[in-house]
Amino acid sequence: MDILITGILLGGTYALIAMGLNLQYGVARIMNLANGEILVAGGYFAFIAYTSTQLSPLLTIFVVAPIAFGLNWLIYVLMLQPLVNRAKNRGQLEQDSILATFGLSFIGVGLMLSFFGGDYFSYSFMAVPVELLGNTFGANRVLSFVMAVVICGALYLWLNRSRAGLSIRAIATAPASARLVGIDVKTLSALAFALGGAVTAVGGALISTYLTLDASTGVVFTLKALIIVIMGGVGDVRGTIVAALLLGVLETVVASLLDPGLTLAAAYVMFLAILLFRPQGLFGKKPT
Amino acid sequence: MNRRPFLKLVSALTIAGALAANAASAETIRIGAVAPKTGPLAGGATVTQWPSIYLWVEQVNAAGGLTVDGEQMMIELIEYDDQTNPGETIKAVQRLATQDDAHFIIAPYGTGLNLAAAPLFDRYGYPQIAVSAITDQQAELAAKFPNMFFTLGTTTALAADVVKVLTDMRDAGQMGDKVAMVNVADAFGIELATAAKPLFEEAGFDIVYETSYPLGTQDLSPVIKGAAAAEPDAFVAWSYPPDTFGLTEQAMIENLDVKAFYTAVATPFPGYGARFGSAAEGVLGAGGVNPDSPAFMEYAAAHEAVTGAKPDYWASATTYASLEILGQSIEAVGLDREAVTAHLREATFDTILGPISFDENNSNADFWTVGQWQGGVFRGVASRGRDGTVPVILKDGWE
Repeated sequence: MDILITGILLGGTYALIAMGLNLQYGVARIMNLANGEILVAGGYFAFIAYTSTQLSPLLTIFVVAPIAFGLNWLIYVLMLQPLVNRAKNRGQLEQDSILATFGLSFIGVGLMLSFFGGDYFSYSFMAVPVELLGNTFGANRVLSFVMAVVICGALYLWLNRSRAGLSIRAIATAPASARLVGIDVKTLSALAFALGGAVTAVGGALISTYLTLDASTGVVFTLKALIIVIMGGVGDVRGTIVAALLLGVLETVVASLLDPGLTLAAAYVMFLAILLFRPQGLFGKKPT
Repeated sequence: MNRRPFLKLVSALTIAGALAANAASAETIRIGAVAPKTGPLAGGATVTQWPSIYLWVEQVNAAGGLTVDGEQMMIELIEYDDQTNPGETIKAVQRLATQDDAHFIIAPYGTGLNLAAAPLFDRYGYPQIAVSAITDQQAELAAKFPNMFFTLGTTTALAADVVKVLTDMRDAGQMGDKVAMVNVADAFGIELATAAKPLFEEAGFDIVYETSYPLGTQDLSPVIKGAAAAEPDAFVAWSYPPDTFGLTEQAMIENLDVKAFYTAVATPFPGYGARFGSAAEGVLGAGGVNPDSPAFMEYAAAHEAVTGAKPDYWASATTYASLEILGQSIEAVGLDREAVTAHLREATFDTILGPISFDENNSNADFWTVGQWQGGVFRGVASRGRDGTVPVILKDGWE
């Protein structure tokens, strides 16, 4: 039971890491390799707010989210829209966007280095134990899990109930046909990309309460997000959540029952297995 | 006739000539530095390596430069980011030696990057006064690369002194003999764990929990829970920076009840004390200094004034001392690299850590091995030949 809860909590962390990329890749069709840098930037923001003014990361996220939303909107409109416009097919767009955002990730690292320096940033926020079913867990991890549930739940409802959300899902399913039924693909793609960035930055702010980050750790999170999004199925919120939870539980089971040294191996075995037997991802649709 | 290309050529030549003349007449010593500013080791290098380099250059230049053959020469620092990538370290050293024509090159950061660069330092004849390169291969390396010097100690000394500190605590009746030992699955952690295990067994300790975890593990609670279940008297982690923080936080959350708690790299970082505050009290870690020595206090004050950050309580001061050694050697024998290397082997240098000299294996025999957070300061509790060690205190809870 202890292992299961620890694993689910870790899964919540992974969902926070991957949800933003899912929106960006699934809808806006941008494989954003600078995703991790946005996450670290969100973490920095929370760190600075907490150490200088004791502002709780729970409040910081309300500042981080609009800033990250605006920033990502700008990135999409200025840098990625031209790529979308000139791309003849999806393959070309993916190739171009991977190269462009790869460059962007270096710019992100460089900017953070020059503004904040390369030092580790870490602070203690709610590093107190909470009892759940007789076992102890870090309150900050539990809190971030609750926030992950709230964010993922809100996204799921929004994508399935609201008009804008349904349009976004339409774009994810059939970008060419979406335009035919009067959906403003350009604006909504930008919206999805910006929203993805905001979710990622908020995730970073929450994760910084228990993980030690520095300016160049972004790539670690990008890779993890990539694996989860591909396992879950591109463009499906449920897939990302399920894949994140599976990964969290698997890693904790292996670490607790076998050996913590094998967690990485186990994670990649699962990734390989899904690629082999269900290449479209857990919730992905087979290409027709 | 189009005169533009000709004009361009002439002006380019004029500018190039002026630059060359300028370079020839300027009396500067070109010192190269290559270390991570990005990549996995950037966090450590930003605390330990770069600030001490900037401080030293600033101080030397503020004093009018180094005296070489009766002439004052300012230092010009040429720096490269190696992205924590050995290939980039090698390229940067090559570039410094062949294109920038550096007089001297400061040793890179980290054991792996120092080893990667050693053949190039050797080929181009640069002395390499390595600091953050902890290994048991010092004798072999010094035989292979006679220009390579070591200042921060050996793996075995680092592990042996932890075992010794714990043995003393047990023999004084302060704790039992059950040890939980974990390590990060990286060259540094594996080497230390391999060295420590037989030493613990020899000293009569019972290793009740032993495991490794991958670098960058995001949830270390299974490790701490596993250790706690074995009910050890002491917890020892051969850890790297992100996991040093992660293990400590998990130990706080689980309220890991041990008499001695040891984490390795980054425990002496000022950020560790700042983050954990009073919970850090009694935590043991790799390294140490004598924070009350006037030389260290003066250095720490200057470090903060010039770079805006506090030095760590271990390798920062040693990095600065390695530069003092280089400077003193240059002042003694001039810019001839061979003469400097020969001088390094023979002379004794006066540094902020006290006198340093190199033995027949190019190794400095006097260094700190174990420290402990006591009253908000990380103090050395074990060393080889250094003054100012203080008694160890028991870890008393996490409040």
